[in-house]
Amino acid sequence: MTTLDRTEALDLSALAPGSVTADPRPSYQGWIVHQTKLIEVATALRDQHGFDLLSSVTGVDYFPDSMEVVYHAYRTVGGPGLVFKVQLPRQDPMEVPSITPVWPGAEFQEREIWDLFGIRFAGHPDLRRILMWEGFEGHPLRKDWREPFYEEDCKPLKSRWPEGYYASAEDKTVYKDNLQFPANFDPEKAVFDGEASLYGALAKYTTVHAGLKTDHVVLNLGPQHPSTHGVFRAAVVLDGETIVGLKPVMGYLHRNHEKIGERNTFLQNMPYTDRLDYFNSMSSNWGYSLAVERLMGVQPPERAEYLRVIMAELSRIQNHLILIGMLLNDLGAYFTPALYAFEERELILDIFEAASGSRMMCNYHRFGGVARDLPDGVLEKIRGLVQERLPRKVDEFERLLTENEILVSRLRGVPVIDGEDAVRYSITGPVLRAAGVPYDVRRAQPYGIYDRFEFDVALRQHGDLYDNYLIRVDEIRQSLRILQQAVKQMPDGPIIAGKPQYQVRVPAGEAYGRIEAPKGELGYYVVSTGKPNPWRYHVRAPSFINITALEKMCVGQKIADFVAILGVIDIVLGELDR
Amino acid sequence: MTEPKLNAPGYEIPGDLEHAVSITTLDRLYNWGRRSSVWPMMFGLACCAIEMIAAQASRYDLARFGMEVMRPSPRQSDLMIVAGTVTKKMLPNIVRLYNQMPEPKYVVAMGACAAGGGPFKEGYNVVAGVDKFIPVDVYIPGCPPTPQALTAGLIKLQEKIDRQSIRNVRWYQKGADAVEIPVPVLGPDLMDPRRFAEIKQLAAQTAARQTGAPEAPAGEA
Repeated sequence: MTTLDRTEALDLSALAPGSVTADPRPSYQGWIVHQTKLIEVATALRDQHGFDLLSSVTGVDYFPDSMEVVYHAYRTVGGPGLVFKVQLPRQDPMEVPSITPVWPGAEFQEREIWDLFGIRFAGHPDLRRILMWEGFEGHPLRKDWREPFYEEDCKPLKSRWPEGYYASAEDKTVYKDNLQFPANFDPEKAVFDGEASLYGALAKYTTVHAGLKTDHVVLNLGPQHPSTHGVFRAAVVLDGETIVGLKPVMGYLHRNHEKIGERNTFLQNMPYTDRLDYFNSMSSNWGYSLAVERLMGVQPPERAEYLRVIMAELSRIQNHLILIGMLLNDLGAYFTPALYAFEERELILDIFEAASGSRMMCNYHRFGGVARDLPDGVLEKIRGLVQERLPRKVDEFERLLTENEILVSRLRGVPVIDGEDAVRYSITGPVLRAAGVPYDVRRAQPYGIYDRFEFDVALRQHGDLYDNYLIRVDEIRQSLRILQQAVKQMPDGPIIAGKPQYQVRVPAGEAYGRIEAPKGELGYYVVSTGKPNPWRYHVRAPSFINITALEKMCVGQKIADFVAILGVIDIVLGELDR
Repeated sequence: MTEPKLNAPGYEIPGDLEHAVSITTLDRLYNWGRRSSVWPMMFGLACCAIEMIAAQASRYDLARFGMEVMRPSPRQSDLMIVAGTVTKKMLPNIVRLYNQMPEPKYVVAMGACAAGGGPFKEGYNVVAGVDKFIPVDVYIPGCPPTPQALTAGLIKLQEKIDRQSIRNVRWYQKGADAVEIPVPVLGPDLMDPRRFAEIKQLAAQTAARQTGAPEAPAGEA
């Protein structure tokens, strides 16, 4: 058993001699590809070497020398991944060929890199800002870009430590608020983009019905809409009731996790990961601790590994329960199924609260272990839940819903996505498995102690809405199986390797930690320079990447099904917008 | 009737009429009705919204306060629970929703982010507290506040409603009943239309400082 991530021992330099070199930096892995050969190398990797799943695309600003675009690719049949990078000199304009012709799932990630780093992608189908609005000044994740409340590059800030004195951040800025404007800016004369570029991107859709040119209606669902599960917005082009085009609009909850994460110390980021996928703070923690533990080379003790599994699987159960409840909410069964789901969720949250002190924002993991052991009696509570109550309740759920006529007629046969497209669009998690691709990080590249447990990767074949519902029930049952084994085998012992530390020493290098979060593959790409805070902290959020194919899924469907499709993709805005 | 919030103190009601008769003032009657049917808007921004839903669900059951009817439309809502981080990109929509709510309307800032930016205050896309733009009646601390804390905050709101009087509430006075808040504009950064002149002047001063030229004389901001 090992948690260390090994990358594929594949020699890429043969693919494009002279243009592909191994990354020479110590504790860095993978290959550096010259941008002229990027598409060629990517195509070869996908077609000849089987790296069909592009997990993550992100940028790193190696100020002041270079910028880098980092790609992580994996095989859906499992095994170690492959990292390749494109380096470019750090002077505008920076441009890299878009990888969307090879892996269309990179579309939104490339838009994000353009938005936050200012790297353009040649050949990208729709390169607009994605998290910030069109017209925003600057590219925030560049190291030389400073936010209005900037104090210092890294924490702990001198103003708060060691003496600590109170000063309002507002008072330190020119505009007395979290604002900054270009010099000589005049708001009265300025012209704002507004939504022109969004509606421009929607203008390409036209239909001609039997020689009759028909008008389209653009309908904005969200950002304040009860069925978008938060502040998500979709601008939908409708022909009658049929969707002919769709553009997701996001960033309404962009809370600058990555910029704040670079200022924080490593451990300070742990509570921030809670707030990414706020339903599943227990699993959000895990991905991050996995990435940093890889850099530090620590191994959590046995009991901590078991605690992590127990918490993550409990979290998965409550996530899927809420998904089913809320999906039924969206379908019109207003609140009753959701109330059933929340009843069970409260019991699971009680366990989280007992273990970590908080219901939702658990902040439970530490590098090399967990923060606290279970209080007395909680293990018995968990045992009662996973062996008795939850299996019974899942049966009850199924009895009420699975054969329910209305549910079946709304869900069965409404396609979401097929397996081939799902892989091309980098979709992971239950949506991918409902489409017949048995890819689960817990099996594909086991982390923690998942290689010890007996469980099946839940799999359904049709990829329609109904399968997407069923797969959640399957996964709850599999999670219960894992939990039943875990509570039985749980050993005594320490819960953290070494002494708990506030300030961990993380050696320089890069690491990518990924886990099977309830919503899909959750990855953290962390770059350390040996300082107390990370140089780069990137979250590969499953909600964000699964939404890339939303247009593909919805075009041709009825507007009423859009709500259901969005429901089964299972987005959470904290993670989607970060 | 045996409603302590409804009956005016100091009036003796005979025992056999206790369940049928209430002696009260118009204010008390009016506020009793309003406090017991505050309809919140179904409006969640972030993590706090999940605790808001949990407060609505069976264990915490906000229906006890007449607050279970979540309305997805601002036109039918009395209460806006700002549950989560307010971002610059979202703020124009929040202000617009607030403007669309009919009086009487109340705002609860739920959680650290809505109250003051919370853990994300330093973020470039985060508004440090929704009260910079819309008036807040009750602040609830916590990250996120537990359902109990939310309930406590809503009880505080009810107490606030109890203290209002028809004679001086804004929406029964002459003139416009609702206060329209100018909707912020998204430019190079978030802009409050009321601050345009100030922004222009400060931006010119910044430019002057950068070029080393003498600063423009400070005019009206």
